[in-house]
Amino acid sequence: MMKAERLAFEYIRRDEEGNVEGITRAVDDVDFDIAKGEFIAILGHNGSGKSTLAKHMNAILYPTEGTIYVDGKNTADEQYLWDIRQNAGMVFQNPDNQIIGQIVEEDVGFGPENMGVPTKEIWERVNESLKAVGMYEYRKASPNKLSGGQKQRVSIAGVIAMHPQCIILDEPTAMLDPSGRKEVLRAVRALNDVEKITIILITHYMEEVIHADRVFVMDKGRIEMQGTPEEIFSEVERLKELRLDVPQVTLLAYELQKKGIPLPKGILTTEQLVREMTRLYG
Amino acid sequence: MIRDITLGQYYQADSVIHRMDPRTKIVGTIAFIVSLFLIKNIIGYAAAAVFLAAVILISKVPFRYMVKGMKAVVFLLLITVVFNMFLTPGEVLVSFWKFRITKEGLRQAVFMALRLSFLIIGSSLMTLTTTPNNLTDGLEKLMKPLKILRVPVHEIAMIMSIALRFIPILLDETDKIMKAQLARGADFESGNLIKKAKSMVPILVPLFISAFRRANDLAMAMEARCYRGGEHRTKMKPLRYRGRDLTAYLTLAAFVAVIVMTRRIILPF
Repeated sequence: MMKAERLAFEYIRRDEEGNVEGITRAVDDVDFDIAKGEFIAILGHNGSGKSTLAKHMNAILYPTEGTIYVDGKNTADEQYLWDIRQNAGMVFQNPDNQIIGQIVEEDVGFGPENMGVPTKEIWERVNESLKAVGMYEYRKASPNKLSGGQKQRVSIAGVIAMHPQCIILDEPTAMLDPSGRKEVLRAVRALNDVEKITIILITHYMEEVIHADRVFVMDKGRIEMQGTPEEIFSEVERLKELRLDVPQVTLLAYELQKKGIPLPKGILTTEQLVREMTRLYG
Repeated sequence: MIRDITLGQYYQADSVIHRMDPRTKIVGTIAFIVSLFLIKNIIGYAAAAVFLAAVILISKVPFRYMVKGMKAVVFLLLITVVFNMFLTPGEVLVSFWKFRITKEGLRQAVFMALRLSFLIIGSSLMTLTTTPNNLTDGLEKLMKPLKILRVPVHEIAMIMSIALRFIPILLDETDKIMKAQLARGADFESGNLIKKAKSMVPILVPLFISAFRRANDLAMAMEARCYRGGEHRTKMKPLRYRGRDLTAYLTLAAFVAVIVMTRRIILPF
């Protein structure tokens, strides 16, 4: 579905005369291969290059070196530009800055309109995508009157209406409160489970990655760790080195382990820990 | 005060006016404004007032929403009234010191005030009952003939629709910045006009920065959703004239006719 080979991207800073002041390698030598229907989470602290990487996935940025293929198409190839953008939908951080319509349904219809979908089919797509994220009752509302979580779900519906095979979410929950965050994640997981859409979730909240099939941890533009959530979170020391927080339960389990309690590695949820503890002492 | 501007704020309701084709509403608003300038006497204004009141009633938009829009231009209105009242030559009614209020001036002032308030209420009625997307769709269609002259009609329409959508957001933001600066001891109230204008700088600078950032984000979001200008674009809600639009046009023609007729009535004042 999506494949990167030795992908690199450099930001060039120039001074007022246009001389090169410095080069920042935001993405450095990244390789990955994402299969259809996978749920991938990309973790990293601020400035680790995760957003820059995301922008390569639907041809908003082009690689300085290396190549990235979406559905077998090279993103640097101009003739595939619109195919790629339709195939790999993108949801951004700030819901206010990506909603174009003044009414929810008009905004969801924006993508299909741009693609030249016939009017009747636009309506079908809009209704079905709003239902998929549970915002159908709000279709006539003004986006300004919605909560952050609801706005973000509208943004996701706007992407689904383009019938992409893959959705890239660039820190979709960073500006939301905890309940809004849950709403959005539930919608994203449902899309992955029910519609089998490939999800690439970029975040710095550890709790959001535990449902992913695979996790990439980025630092200084490189993918430093790769694996299932269990594998990633069993390396507590390494994560701390990369300045990432570990979910509280995982940390507790890790500390208990260090004190000699024989718990398995990579405990991710409270239920899991409770189960393990009752197995040991119950 | 900043939240009082209703222009560009859609009021959701289910009325004939809301469902009307935006082209009808745009043409209607323009015709209404033009006819306001044709009015010569109080009967004409009475006719306009009745017409406006009827449209407001049909539109189901609460009257206070339009009054809210008026508040923002009260100052402009006052200046117009005062200038007209004192500076129009004619038969003197009252005079004190250097000022004279003339009969013609008074008449002019009252008419001007009526004209301006009708104009604002009329146009905010259009924006209250039409979603900006619809409005720009209408404008785009109405201006389509200009495409021959290489006027980028679609782009203009898109720019307008985006501007309208961001008005409430930027107003909220201005409010936030203002509060943030107040919390740091900024003073927007005291001092003369120049000092007050200067005190706006700490509001405008962050506002502009944020507006540019938003524009950048929005452009990216639009591109990510396959936006590439007006070519190959289909419409989710294509514009189509219906029976109610014909009724509206006929009513409008009748209204303009009435206004033109009132010009012939000569009143003693």
